[in-house]
Amino acid sequence: MKKLVTSLLVVAVGALFAVAVGAQGQLTGAGATFPNPIYSKWFDVYSKLKGVQINYQSVGSGAGIRQITAGTVDFGASDGPMTDEQIAAYEKDRGGAILHFPTVLGAVVPTYNIPGVDASLKFTQKAISDIYLGKITKWNDPEIAKSNAGVKLPADDIVVVHRSDGSGTTYIFTDFLSKVSPEWKQKVGRNTSVNWPVGLGGKGNEGVSGLVKQTPDAIGYVELIYALQNKLPFGDVQNKDGLFVRASLETTTAAAAGAAKNMPADFRVSITDSPGKTAYPISSFTWLLIPAKIPDAGKRTTLKDFVRWMLTDGQKDTEALYYAPLPKQVVQQELKAISKIQ
Amino acid sequence: MATGTTIGKSAGPNTASRSFSARLLQGDQVAHAITFLAAATIMLITIMLVIVLWDKSVLPRAKFGLDFLVTKVWDPNAGQFGALPFVYGTLVTTAVSLAIGVPLGLGAAIFLAELAPPSISDSLTFVIELLAAVPSVIYGLLGIFVVVPFVRHPLAGWLEHTLGVLPLIGGIFKGPCYGVSFLAAGLVLAIMIVPFIVSVSREVLLAVPTDQREAALALGSTRWESTWKVVVPFALPGVLGSVFLAMARALGETMAVTMVVGNVVEIHSSLLAPGYSIAAVIANEFTEATGDLYLQALVELGLVLFLVTFILNGLARLMILFTASRGGTS
Amino acid sequence: MSGWAGTPHMRMRKGISFFFLGSTALCALVVVGVLFFILGYLVWNGGSSVNLNFFTKLPTPVGETGGGMANAIVGSMKLLFLASLIGIPLGVVGGIYMAEFSGKLSAFILQYTADLLNGVPSIVIGIFAYSIIVLRMKHFSAYAGGFALGIMMIPVTLRSTEQFLRDVPLSMREASMALGASKWKTIVSVVVPAAYRGILTAILLSMARVAGETAPLLFTALNNRFWSHGFNEPIASLPVVVYTYAISPYDDWHRQAWAAGLVLLGMVLLTNIIARGILSRGISAPR
Repeated sequence: MKKLVTSLLVVAVGALFAVAVGAQGQLTGAGATFPNPIYSKWFDVYSKLKGVQINYQSVGSGAGIRQITAGTVDFGASDGPMTDEQIAAYEKDRGGAILHFPTVLGAVVPTYNIPGVDASLKFTQKAISDIYLGKITKWNDPEIAKSNAGVKLPADDIVVVHRSDGSGTTYIFTDFLSKVSPEWKQKVGRNTSVNWPVGLGGKGNEGVSGLVKQTPDAIGYVELIYALQNKLPFGDVQNKDGLFVRASLETTTAAAAGAAKNMPADFRVSITDSPGKTAYPISSFTWLLIPAKIPDAGKRTTLKDFVRWMLTDGQKDTEALYYAPLPKQVVQQELKAISKIQ
Repeated sequence: MATGTTIGKSAGPNTASRSFSARLLQGDQVAHAITFLAAATIMLITIMLVIVLWDKSVLPRAKFGLDFLVTKVWDPNAGQFGALPFVYGTLVTTAVSLAIGVPLGLGAAIFLAELAPPSISDSLTFVIELLAAVPSVIYGLLGIFVVVPFVRHPLAGWLEHTLGVLPLIGGIFKGPCYGVSFLAAGLVLAIMIVPFIVSVSREVLLAVPTDQREAALALGSTRWESTWKVVVPFALPGVLGSVFLAMARALGETMAVTMVVGNVVEIHSSLLAPGYSIAAVIANEFTEATGDLYLQALVELGLVLFLVTFILNGLARLMILFTASRGGTS
Repeated sequence: MSGWAGTPHMRMRKGISFFFLGSTALCALVVVGVLFFILGYLVWNGGSSVNLNFFTKLPTPVGETGGGMANAIVGSMKLLFLASLIGIPLGVVGGIYMAEFSGKLSAFILQYTADLLNGVPSIVIGIFAYSIIVLRMKHFSAYAGGFALGIMMIPVTLRSTEQFLRDVPLSMREASMALGASKWKTIVSVVVPAAYRGILTAILLSMARVAGETAPLLFTALNNRFWSHGFNEPIASLPVVVYTYAISPYDDWHRQAWAAGLVLLGMVLLTNIIARGILSRGISAPR
């Protein structure tokens, strides 16, 4: 009996180690939850295509920036471009530059769960900012009702939901709010993590959509695909030109039109509240954060190859998941920038 | 130390056994060294733990000092960090868990120690101790899908309309409830700590000498009176010890709390409001704390939690030891 | 006496006694009921998802169904293996030191240290492992996760080994030494085997405990969508995957979380039952 148990144990341990041999090293990336649906699809397809595994963990843009700065992951991902201070901190800690590579365009939508209301609500810029400032507390508030004549809004208290973790989606959303509400800009500001005036915290886009789905009278901001995959209603938002626009591939692409022509060399640009009749006001690029200096030749080749693949073949997968592909000029600019990775 | 020397010395005078005893001595010394090494490694790890916690929280300690414990603001943007909302949340959720768990656990322990026949008592205790083995993430899972909806509706409404209208304590049952709340966290924690209370309390109750019970009954008290007025007070230090142990567990619990507490950095007097706890904020924000001050503020929170659980554990051991010596068990 | 016993006052006292004692029975029932509720709920929600896919497939991209947790199951085993490499030798050998070699002062210090370690919140152990392993190695890995879990195993194995060794009667040791065995030989051939059941129980219990830990893995082992090769890469584990899936909005992931919870709970409970079974058989054996 003892012999049997011992030999079984030996076999089991051996099996554990067996997985150690073979297969190339994996790459590890961490960051934004905003593009997680498309990234997980890309890395899955890429691993089947090239046999290289890229393990992406959607832990939030804040964590992505933090971990790439600490050097514990091979690349990061964020929907809010790194600030000048963060870039300086990276250069100080890692001794090299950090490159931003836009991957897709996405939209942040206000999603809600109001019992009895199935319709798509229209939110003015003031409505959204005041809800998140805590100044509008009930669903039947005039500011909301006036844009939604014909919808019976209950007199319930609004349950505001935001991110509890450091989030690029938060960055995009607060970037928009800072542009449309001077009070927000002054009181709260834009960042991946802010001092929210009101609301519950959910972890990741997943946590916010989960919380909104389970909590009646809740409103939250999530990436478009999360609202769609979870069949949560989401509202139209008033854009700079005063029109109510619904997030979609076309309207997101329209928001990027202006930026595409004037893309800065480091690709850090904000496209919220863009001008244009069909522009969706809470749109954004999302970036991969890749170190300019990668000592490991295998990892360097893999990352460069992946970025190239992502910019060419990968862009074809975006629409099925409701992310808008990058404008052609941006793709060209990025293909050239790949050479900066050394 | 050096107990091997007696054998070696008495093993005999000739050269053959001297080398044998010399070998024996060496064996003992080697064994002593190896085991000492293991023990020393454990000490080393613990010391390193404390050092790391202390060293990696130097920035906020220098910047905020003791004010850290009483500042309400947690603003990573402005570089302002205060532990108060998290300390408050940790204390409140623990208090709620004790308020529910201690009566429940003590009641069950009394039943198991005093009333139940031994075979039932043993098997039920076995089952209850299994509860202690349930991973916390599973409690969290049930918290999200069972406790939170239950608290949202109907528990919160019921509490608001019954206890909420009382003077004084009514205030803690007011306000809108989204399900995720101090109360939800407290409920989940209560279930998690009950096995500790039952297990230890039952043992200390069983350890109370039967003559104490018999004396009370002989004087004409009812079963309950002898239990509540004689046996329990006798076992009280041990019971308190179990409470401290349970408290230490509840204070440090991470997963179950973060999944149901709401993750809101605010201090509310109502139990129906969402909140935060030290362990939960560390779990949520540690991997993304950009900037050294932010990260170290989180480590400082870990240090605070560590110190509190450390003190409580010490008290618990003392209490249990105290009862064991009084009770007459080994 | 009967007249006294029948007075209204006495009846009230008896009534109170019955009420409170009845409540204690209710308490016990509630507590026991909770365990069965947990088990039942997990079986109800997760039972149907514990299928072949669950055990053999890797996770699918977000939003797609049909994925499984094969890597998380193996990952948990690998982490447990690493944790045991740290927790068992240090705990058992350290326990031998405490029981057999140390003086009163060092025994006290070690007991205190074990208590300290035991009381450290698991998230704080995660901070420690992150600081000294992940940051130094510059990546997340199973090593870091195993290290964190191993530290958590030490207090239980240490205290239990010491306790069970001390319980071995002096007569056995003296008999062994009288036959000429040295101290270390006595320990290895006589004392430890005598305490073997208790030590084994402690090992199993501590393994079951760390198998379900999530918090210390969050920033050490991270997570992995693929198979983790060797121990130097981030690795998936059942508790972390349960957590990630539970807070997500995807129904398919919720179902998988229930299934994983059921499997995890099943393994943990089974280990506990076996461990206690071993121990109780040992107690009835002649000493």
